Amino acid sequence: MAVLVALTVSIISFSLLYLSGDPAVAMAGENADDAAIQAIREGYGFDRPFIVQYGDWLFSALRGDFGESYYFRVPVSEVIADRLQITMLLGLFSTSFALVVAIPLGVAAALWPNSIIDRAALFLSVVGQAIPSFWFGLILIVIFAIDLRLLPASGSGTWAGFVLPTVVLGYYATPAIMRLTRTGMLEVLSADYVRTARAKGLPAPNIVFKHALRNAIIPVVSLAAVQMGFMLGGSVVVESVFALHGAGYLAWESISRNDLPTMQALVLIFSMFYIAFTILADVVNAWLDPRLRVS
Amino acid sequence: MRLAGLSSLVAAALLASTSAYAGKADDTLHVAFTKEVENVDVYYTTAREGLILSHSIWDGLVHRDPASGDYVGNLATQWRWVDDTTLEFDLREGVKFHNGEPFDADDVVATVNYVVDPKNGVKAPKNVNWMKSAEKIDQYKVRIHLAAPFPAALEFLSSVVPMYPNEYYAKVGSTGMAKQPVGTGPYKVESVEPGRHFVLKKNEDHFGGPKADAAIETVDIRTIPEINTQLAELATGGLDLIWGVPTDQAQMLDAQGGFNVVNEETMRVGYMTMDAAKRTSGDTPMANKKVREAINYAIDRKGIVDALVQGSSEVINSACSPIQFGCDQDVKVYDYDPEKAKKLLEEAGYGDGFSIEFYAYRDRPYAEALMNNLAAVGIRTNLNFLQYAALADKVRQDGIPLGFMTWGSNSIADVSAILPEFFGGGGQDQSRDEEVQKAIVSGDTSIDKDARAKSYSKALNRIADEAYWVPLWTYGAYYAMSQDTNFKPTSDEIVRFFDVTWN
Repeated sequence: MAVLVALTVSIISFSLLYLSGDPAVAMAGENADDAAIQAIREGYGFDRPFIVQYGDWLFSALRGDFGESYYFRVPVSEVIADRLQITMLLGLFSTSFALVVAIPLGVAAALWPNSIIDRAALFLSVVGQAIPSFWFGLILIVIFAIDLRLLPASGSGTWAGFVLPTVVLGYYATPAIMRLTRTGMLEVLSADYVRTARAKGLPAPNIVFKHALRNAIIPVVSLAAVQMGFMLGGSVVVESVFALHGAGYLAWESISRNDLPTMQALVLIFSMFYIAFTILADVVNAWLDPRLRVS
Repeated sequence: MRLAGLSSLVAAALLASTSAYAGKADDTLHVAFTKEVENVDVYYTTAREGLILSHSIWDGLVHRDPASGDYVGNLATQWRWVDDTTLEFDLREGVKFHNGEPFDADDVVATVNYVVDPKNGVKAPKNVNWMKSAEKIDQYKVRIHLAAPFPAALEFLSSVVPMYPNEYYAKVGSTGMAKQPVGTGPYKVESVEPGRHFVLKKNEDHFGGPKADAAIETVDIRTIPEINTQLAELATGGLDLIWGVPTDQAQMLDAQGGFNVVNEETMRVGYMTMDAAKRTSGDTPMANKKVREAINYAIDRKGIVDALVQGSSEVINSACSPIQFGCDQDVKVYDYDPEKAKKLLEEAGYGDGFSIEFYAYRDRPYAEALMNNLAAVGIRTNLNFLQYAALADKVRQDGIPLGFMTWGSNSIADVSAILPEFFGGGGQDQSRDEEVQKAIVSGDTSIDKDARAKSYSKALNRIADEAYWVPLWTYGAYYAMSQDTNFKPTSDEIVRFFDVTWN
């Protein structure tokens, strides 16, 4: 199943890239003349039929060889390796940030619906959904890097460099998780077994965290997995603003450079991650809810 | 320093990070590239950033003084034309590469013969394929044999043909050179993180040719794609020098004070191209000379330069950059005259104007200003705003009726870097005028300076008379630096790190 999904994704992306223009012109750069472009076209075999080019790539990829980047002229695996690490760190930090902020807020909002806390949480989530991450990133740079001089404006050399990007990317994922937590909690809190637990005289925190949250959080886990996948591929803007040079930015740049091998490898890896996260979410949910284990 | 009061682990991490804020204090120049350089081996990149690195790391046989435009010896001390296709060089003795390998004729021969071999696939063949081979005469004397008479030979040798150490290159190849570059230049390479981060160290044993010895110990180059982030880093002292700053940002920075903001003209020119050769359709109005003249009269170039382009930009009248050799500006001038434009359109049978597809790929506000000018005389344009690669591809394949584009000539100060590309009969030639083509070929193949200038002047005059282009303006580039940093930019847009000093 997973392989089928990855294969479909790769065929679609290959065709889209193939349609997006002559890779030779993009590779040769802005000042290239006709001869240079023709040389590249022949050198890389862009004059061959589409099916042949795709088949060629697929068979190498199946052997673990993603080919050589058209742009960097080194093996794709070499280009991707440490960039992927940066993106994964960023994705991990951001998802953690989003969960740590969103779940308590969502729970609080559900416990005291329509209170000031609920309103504040709603406000935060609306703003988070509405602010373009590009703009939010620059605002944070102005405040924390220029005015307060607390954090570096860019770079991935130190841990401090990850703080602002984590906040920007994580904040973007916060609203959905928070709203889902709130809705789930509201539903569960009015369920019969919670009322029973209350009637038994169990302490409130015990009811909220052990009985209610554990059930309410199941859809949140699935959502977080999707968000995590999104953050790996979708951190383009954030990586570009903070000059992080991760895989998201590489993917974006590879499109404009028509660097097919790099693009293809990244698409394959990203779709693999999506699949892996979905499986992971299922496992976590099964652990949370024994009823799911049977099915 | 503000963090001294905090004592948590986080604060410790932050303190460590502030050590990156440097500059004059630790004698490290922090600069930013906007684009990822694909390869430090300069024969395998077309990025300007690659050329910038190459000027600090390697040397050519000759050097062009960016201020005067004169050629002086660099790795060669003397040269002479043996005949139309043979250049002989006396090489400088006692020069050593960064790894200690001595420089002599073998390095020149190996480098030239390697790059001209099509099987090695250098990325910009035009930079080298004017050479056929190199021949060793003795240890410090070489001859370069040209494929055909090529008058811009010295220009190319000074800019895009650096000399590589033959033994090292044979051993490590292009991949090794990209990871640990070795040259003769004022800076040695300390570390390379491909595309992202480069650290250069002063070469203490620099041979003292026409390039200055490095004044600053370390140059730290990071790739920061977002210009706003570069500005933030400049403001916080994380960077000392940035370039390619957009006009509005540069003016704001200048007004704010605390930085040196400099505008320097470049070789990039803007132009409008018209389908005079009927490549897009048989009945395009662009094939009519009167229509092309009308478009020339319709454009308020000075108005757009004053209001939008600004900086050191200037209006141009011929199809090249005034900095380039052979760029005769004394051609037919079309001053802004919308009335005359309307009259010409009427004479051409387009009294009610016409609609046409208009293509552009950058500087959208300029493109829109041009469209307004055209609309004022009755030419209704439909804007197609494309990526450069897509537009260039379209021009080469089918031509475009009307377009606004630019050309930087790879910073080569000779019209042979622009005229043959757009009027030599190739894919980007939208006029296909044999008379122009002939004049260009004669300029491109003669090594007599005066004869060349005459041929190019003939071509440029015909281009202006026939109104094949609307030559628009030159582009300036903004540089911004901290007050500690002293750097005078040059029109070739090469940031020579060895010319940067501290105030």
